[in-house]
Amino acid sequence: MTDILQIENLNIHFRTAEGSLSAVHDLSFSVKKGETVCVVGESGCGKSISALSIMGLLPENGHIAQGKILFEGTDLLSLKPDQMRKMRGNKISMVFQEPMTALNPVFTIGYQLREPLRIHQGFSKKQAHVKGIELLKQVGLSLPEQRMKQYPHELSGGMRQRVMIAMALACHPQILIADEPTTALDVTIQAQILDLINDMKEQLGTSVVMITHDMGVVAETADRVVVMYAGEIVEEGDVETVFNDPQHPYTKGLLASVPKVEGELTQLQAIPGSLPNLGEAIVGCRFQSRCPFAMDICRSQAPPIYEENGHQTRCWMKEGESIADNIVPS
Amino acid sequence: MPTTLFQVKNVKKHYPIKGGILRRTKSEVKAVNGVSLEITKGETLGVVGESGCGKSTLGRAILGLEPLTEGQLIFADQDITQLSRRQLKPFKREMQMIFQDPYASLNPRQRIGAAIEEAIKIHNPMNAKQRREKVLSLLEEVGLKREHYGRFPHEFSGGQRQRIGIARALALQPSFIVCDEAVSALDVSVQAQVLNLLKKLQSKYELTYLFISHDLGVVRYISDRVLVMYLGNMVELAPSEALYENPVHPYTQALLSAIPRTVPNKERERIKLMGEIPSPTDPPKGCAFHTRCPIATELCSQSKPEWRAVGEGHYAACHYVGEELNA
Ligand SMILES: Nc1ncnc2c1ncn2[C@@H]1O[C@H](COP(=O)(O)OP(=O)(O)OP(=O)(O)O)[C@@H](O)[C@H]1O
Ligand SMILES: Nc1ncnc2c1ncn2[C@@H]1O[C@H](COP(=O)(O)OP(=O)(O)OP(=O)(O)O)[C@@H](O)[C@H]1O
Ligand SMILES: [Mg+2]
Ligand SMILES: [Mg+2]
Repeated sequence: MTDILQIENLNIHFRTAEGSLSAVHDLSFSVKKGETVCVVGESGCGKSISALSIMGLLPENGHIAQGKILFEGTDLLSLKPDQMRKMRGNKISMVFQEPMTALNPVFTIGYQLREPLRIHQGFSKKQAHVKGIELLKQVGLSLPEQRMKQYPHELSGGMRQRVMIAMALACHPQILIADEPTTALDVTIQAQILDLINDMKEQLGTSVVMITHDMGVVAETADRVVVMYAGEIVEEGDVETVFNDPQHPYTKGLLASVPKVEGELTQLQAIPGSLPNLGEAIVGCRFQSRCPFAMDICRSQAPPIYEENGHQTRCWMKEGESIADNIVPS
Repeated sequence: MPTTLFQVKNVKKHYPIKGGILRRTKSEVKAVNGVSLEITKGETLGVVGESGCGKSTLGRAILGLEPLTEGQLIFADQDITQLSRRQLKPFKREMQMIFQDPYASLNPRQRIGAAIEEAIKIHNPMNAKQRREKVLSLLEEVGLKREHYGRFPHEFSGGQRQRIGIARALALQPSFIVCDEAVSALDVSVQAQVLNLLKKLQSKYELTYLFISHDLGVVRYISDRVLVMYLGNMVELAPSEALYENPVHPYTQALLSAIPRTVPNKERERIKLMGEIPSPTDPPKGCAFHTRCPIATELCSQSKPEWRAVGEGHYAACHYVGEELNA
């Protein structure tokens, strides 16, 4: 299968009161046609801003210092603003983490659903209205006709999230980027939405980049998993390998922090400590200060990526196990 | 002896739906349609249920953030239902809410340090330096950094913003907090830290939580009792363990069966709910769940099931409770 999206050495910086801060370092991964890649990682590690940079929607004080984002071979970063606008909501669409950042409080749901259909698909107002209602039905909203006339504040959190999903699916994108798309949904509706995304994948070959912290959702939907920590990828592999045989201590800690729904109730094992500050100069491995296995070398040199059968890990503990030519220069 | 902190009596909250050119009220959304609860001091009461079933509305209504359509609220033995804004002020300090959409609840032009301080200023006699120190320590307590004090809301990630909301609610040292999807934007490791923090504060200050969440694993971890709602109604209430081990209401059973497990490619039995989600303006007659219930009968479409005890502190509203379900 061919790669539809390739991210190469992406570096994102922010201008802030504390100076220029680097938030994402040399991020590289790719997504194949029809594939679902789940991105997981600690709150603040750079998942959303990486996704926003694919959409060309970084906040004003952010910029891409280096790197490429190739969509079907074209570097999105070289496109003019109006060319990028034509991509957005059409070929690539996104479900945003916080619905109220994407929904306009002064327009009705109907207006916000109709507009992209009219712009990108050339629908008439009437056609767009009918399609809008159909989309709201698909995402499981009751009373779709009524909802078209309501304003965002009149909907519950989960309803807003589903309106946004409906908007993102409207134009049958080739890539759907979904940033925590089901956090406000109960598990029955979550299952329905995941099925819907799956159907679209099967029928239209849509690729999905899903950011989620719900390990159950990852286990159920992902083909491949990317684990990020402090602006970097620390582990990547197919879902079964990462879940059954995690290599990086951060991934292991993450999997151990999931609250259980069955069996004995035990104290949750949080990973002690917190993410380093964006401005902090870090020597060695970025996870080192919180790692229970940190060695001398971890404190002085950044680890390279080690690869075995497509399973990549950025950790010095892999050093002993692997032979020199397994090392991919990072 | 456990003491009752909060009595919620037959609370209803209906929203008018306006229509036509004149925007006259055409009908009502029965967002919360008769909820009665006793919340014990120091407990965590989890609230779960389908999206749109009225959880946030219930939280806002019992904190007096919106006027009730019907019902009565008794907080620490005082009837607060009819109090004026001014009379309510001392109670407001005791009762805080962590909002579901952190972006919408923060002022984009206010630095977050100032936003948290503002809350303290209204209620606490502290000087500027003490206030600042208090805010800095709160930031650290929720896993943020002192450096974050001067930043604006948009400069944070979703999960960081959620923790600002938590710090703001804790700032006043309330005795009762409604946590509305308070950890839903956090990855599991930070979530574990925040949950452990909420538990620690609870045992230190005898805090009481109403904990709304879709994450049934989180609810199980933090709650003493769990309430399940459907379409504005209470369907089941039980001690946490009983609810997860022995759910009796068919809706609760369907909900628990739909939880995604953290094992890739494992097939599992999910009870799929049939039919459309009914409209809250015109909820089904009889049992509100009967249109989607796998075991519904004629009786369910005609008469509303009573709220009855099925075990120690375990209640449910189903005509067939106690009988073999899903045979
Ligand atoms: N406009 C901004 N200015 C300065 N820093 C920013 C800005 N936006 C984000 N950041 C910082 O960049 C880092 C990455 O943010 P991002 O939103 O990508 O995190 P995330 O991985 O999506 O986290 P979460 O799981 O909490 O949503 C965070 O440390 C955040 O504070
Ligand atoms: N201001 C409002 N005006 C009109 N209807 C409203 C308003 N606020 C809420 N509703 C309606 O009340 C019902 C319950 O909403 P609520 O926000 O309490 O749901 P919820 O259980 O918190 O859902 P979620 O899990 O999706 O957050 C929904 O049908 C919603 O559309
Ligand atoms: Mg994010
Ligand atoms: Mg809600």
